[in-house]
Amino acid sequence: MKKFLGAQTVRFSQPPTIKAAASIVGPKEGEGPLWQSFDVISPDVLFGMDSWEKAESEMARQTVALAAQKAGLPMEEIRYILAGDLLNQNSGSTFGMRSFGRPFFGLFGACSAIGEGMSLGAMLIDGGFADYVIANASSHFCGAEKTFRFPLELGTQRPPTASWTVTGDGAVVLAARGEGPYITAVTTGAIVDMGVTDANNMGAAMAPAAADTLITHFKDLHIQPGHYDKIITGDLGKIGQDLLLALMTDAGYDLRDVHEDCGLLIYDRQGQDVHAGGSGCGCSAAVFAGYLLNQLRKKEIKRLLFIPTGALHSVATVQQGETMPAIAHAVAIEA
Amino acid sequence: MINQSESAKQGYALLVEQASPGSKLAANSLRAFFVGGTICAVGQIFKNALLAVGMTQDNASLVAACILIVLAVLLTVVGLYSKLGKIAGAGSIVPITGFANAIASPAIEYKKEGLVLGVGAKMFLIAGPVIVYGAMASVLVGIVYYFLR
Repeated sequence: MKKFLGAQTVRFSQPPTIKAAASIVGPKEGEGPLWQSFDVISPDVLFGMDSWEKAESEMARQTVALAAQKAGLPMEEIRYILAGDLLNQNSGSTFGMRSFGRPFFGLFGACSAIGEGMSLGAMLIDGGFADYVIANASSHFCGAEKTFRFPLELGTQRPPTASWTVTGDGAVVLAARGEGPYITAVTTGAIVDMGVTDANNMGAAMAPAAADTLITHFKDLHIQPGHYDKIITGDLGKIGQDLLLALMTDAGYDLRDVHEDCGLLIYDRQGQDVHAGGSGCGCSAAVFAGYLLNQLRKKEIKRLLFIPTGALHSVATVQQGETMPAIAHAVAIEA
Repeated sequence: MINQSESAKQGYALLVEQASPGSKLAANSLRAFFVGGTICAVGQIFKNALLAVGMTQDNASLVAACILIVLAVLLTVVGLYSKLGKIAGAGSIVPITGFANAIASPAIEYKKEGLVLGVGAKMFLIAGPVIVYGAMASVLVGIVYYFLR
């Protein structure tokens, strides 16, 4: 039976269920408004390790292990682990997952990684290739600063459009059968590049990608934004959110009543001095694994369109003056 | 699908400009002026004190600069210089203390990569261009000065 429809969408014939999820965050995220929704708030940004890279891997390892434990599954039952992060060569994920001894697909979709992982995981399950899959995404503020920007102790100012990389991880256990919530459809994003070159304004680079995937999703499934109780983007931040709403209005869709952004939910933007908002793979992953999944379980959200966003630049492409391509993956979830 | 034509990109660039708040130029300039001025005044206090204990003009300037460098590195190590930089911006980047911070901060960040390829190589990640172009500029100025003298 054909499961793909429209231009870029898949509708699952037997929607995979979200069996369990786990989230672990750093101290700053633990001081934010969503602190109650996280499983673990580490008081130590180094997670007991001696480098930022090891800290991120350890955080990823702990989160995946906790997610499997919450699902009541020994690690041997997990058919695939799909994981992504922001460190070079996806090393946060590979070093974090190496002790599990389970089949592994490394993902790079920048901050859209959890959307990519949940999409592919749901396809693997509905395709009959697996019964249990874990999708994981992590980011670490200090590791991201080192990889993409300046040394932490350099005395510089961040522009108002800059975002704050979340130190956090979210792992989602998908299963073939269960009580829900269910992943009913996914729309895989195409790479969109509207010519933004400012790496300190990632929301502006990602908003068109989010708009592109959203419009395609609505057209492919012949629905309107009102079909969903909430449409939640990954890490557009304040500027990206304003731009997304403007682009969608231009396209004839009004998102104002249903749209929220994980980057705006995870921090108190003014009080925690995060400028445009939170970002990073761990931003959407930890917010989904905690706060959003809780709301789905309590049926406070019955239909959710979760759409993590990623800016696909590298340090080299930015320095060479290239524009920033971006991507957004939409995952439709019903409680 | 989002229209990604050149004209759509130009329109989007305008939209981005409107949506993106700029830096607070006046407030930042004022803070940079006061913090930068204070750093220079502290340097002058050291220099005057050194002159008072009988040091020559040249030596007093040199030693005062060295004291500022050591202080800036100490503040970097305890994590205070980055906090000062957040408030002061150019005010703490431009003086000699900013240069010391630019050398010390990557040395700390890349310690894990070892003494050679980490600390040794990355130490000049930010300060390197200043040294390269500073040295080149001084040679050019020297040549011009030689002929105009």
